[in-house]
Amino acid sequence: MLIGHRLFRLASVGFLLTFAVIQLVPFYVALTTALKPKSDLSSQWMPPTGRLYLDNFRIAIEQGGILRAIVNSLVVTSVATVLVCLIGALAAYPLARRGTWVNRVVMLLMLGSIMVPPLSVLVPLYSLMNQLGGVNTYWGIILILVTGQLPLSVFLYAAFIRTVPTALEEAARVDGAGTFRVFFRIVLPLLKPVTATVAILTGVFIWNDYQMSVYMLTTQDVRTIAPAIGSFFSQQSSNLGAAAAASLTAMAPILLAYLFLQRHFIKGMLAGAEK
Amino acid sequence: MVDSGIDTAVRRSADATYRPTAGPRHRPRQGLVNVLYLPALALLAMFTAYPLVNGVGLSFTDWDGYSPGHHLVGLENYQRLLSDGTFRTVFVNTLVYALGSTVLQQVLGLGLALALDRPMRGRALLRAIIYLPVLVSPVIMGTIYYLLLQYDNGALNDIVVALGGEQQAWLSTTTGSVAIIVAVNTIQFVGLSMIIYLAGLQSIPTMYYEAARLDGASGWSLFRRITVPLLQPAFATSIVLNLIGGMKLFDVIKVLTGGGPGYSTNSVSTFIGLTYFNAQSAGYAAAMGVALFAVIMIMTLVLNAALNKRRLEA
Repeated sequence: MLIGHRLFRLASVGFLLTFAVIQLVPFYVALTTALKPKSDLSSQWMPPTGRLYLDNFRIAIEQGGILRAIVNSLVVTSVATVLVCLIGALAAYPLARRGTWVNRVVMLLMLGSIMVPPLSVLVPLYSLMNQLGGVNTYWGIILILVTGQLPLSVFLYAAFIRTVPTALEEAARVDGAGTFRVFFRIVLPLLKPVTATVAILTGVFIWNDYQMSVYMLTTQDVRTIAPAIGSFFSQQSSNLGAAAAASLTAMAPILLAYLFLQRHFIKGMLAGAEK
Repeated sequence: MVDSGIDTAVRRSADATYRPTAGPRHRPRQGLVNVLYLPALALLAMFTAYPLVNGVGLSFTDWDGYSPGHHLVGLENYQRLLSDGTFRTVFVNTLVYALGSTVLQQVLGLGLALALDRPMRGRALLRAIIYLPVLVSPVIMGTIYYLLLQYDNGALNDIVVALGGEQQAWLSTTTGSVAIIVAVNTIQFVGLSMIIYLAGLQSIPTMYYEAARLDGASGWSLFRRITVPLLQPAFATSIVLNLIGGMKLFDVIKVLTGGGPGYSTNSVSTFIGLTYFNAQSAGYAAAMGVALFAVIMIMTLVLNAALNKRRLEA
């Protein structure tokens, strides 16, 4: 009995370690590949030997425009995430506080739009953006990505607001504060914890978006990371070292963020998943 | 929903009593609150609802995607969907991606969560490592896995050869490619299922186990009688999330196989892009979009109904 238990524990630890190694292998191989010249035919498992070789990173930055893509991603992600939080919080407030039938229908419609897969509306959405002149612009992709993440944001904010007592708002209202004042002075400051969740969750989605960005951002001056890597990779499929270097450079910002905000990331993702 | 109902009732009666003192300005001010959701509603109307309706309209036309005009062709595009052999392959692929990753992710995710659900050294680190790929763009993960699967010097082939096997061209066959796409998608997102199950496990009160142990239950029966039934909500969340995500699969396919060999590993999502931009059959692509939306909507509704019912019974 005790031996059986021990064996079981050993097996489960083995399983965990194996899986952790499997998850680290891609990062390790990307690193060894990125640090070796194309002429180096040694196994991907072997670390590079000799002098530090950084040409692949130079190629990724010069030809792949990876740094430019990171800047574009930072612009798109930060603006879109702020908008998702602000517009989502604004919308959630009346929907959480006033349960009239109109508001219930509005809430249902907003949540229902989660079910629309982005690619299912590719044709009409792209042609709409084309007419508006939003293809290959920051604002075009930002509007699309904000709209895509809004339902989740509204849902998370509304769930949180329902747990906040109304006493403060009512007191402010009795003192003569108007709707906007109540929202910006009283409600918004209370939403900090859920804002962290919404920002991390939607921020990661927006940062990683490929399926919309690849069609909406086709020129190098506006292209974000995911489509930039996709197109660089299809051009450089023979130069894998450069592709690996580009991949590592492109994932660096999010890895850094994860390193410092790990707890918030996991908590945020979980909150989003449970809805 | 029940809560907000009571809330409104209370507020309504409060309104009625306050009216004389607060004056006639009180009610309109409350109504004004609703303008706060207008920005969100406007965006969703413009970039989700309008395209959805417009897409249904376009699906009845022969639009090529760039000409100013097009003709109504009735149900022709939908008839084509049913008879198009390539679309059938693509549709079956999509189901395989969704079901394959969902099954694998539940098994592995639950396994990992159970193994991690006890105090041990390095637990937080292991959890963080296994979760890490969830945050990386699937395009980047796909690119790196493409490196690993190289014929010469590929990390996977090196292992195969070291174990006495033969080098493989991993992405040369349809079946192999489909399996690899499922595997890569599973490995990348297994951390998400793991986290959901871990949270589920941690929400089960330990006194249930203690009570059952006093009654002589152990190991397997504890798992089957307590863990599984109480994990019902976590199962529902994780399964719905993985299935819907799998039905929308796009990024990994684009980088790993580009939909090839031929069109044989496309999903409906990747095929819509090809049909629109490469084959310039926008009307037909719109019809595929409508079909994809319909399938996902029906799946979500059926799953939610089924899983919620089980949750109530449990």
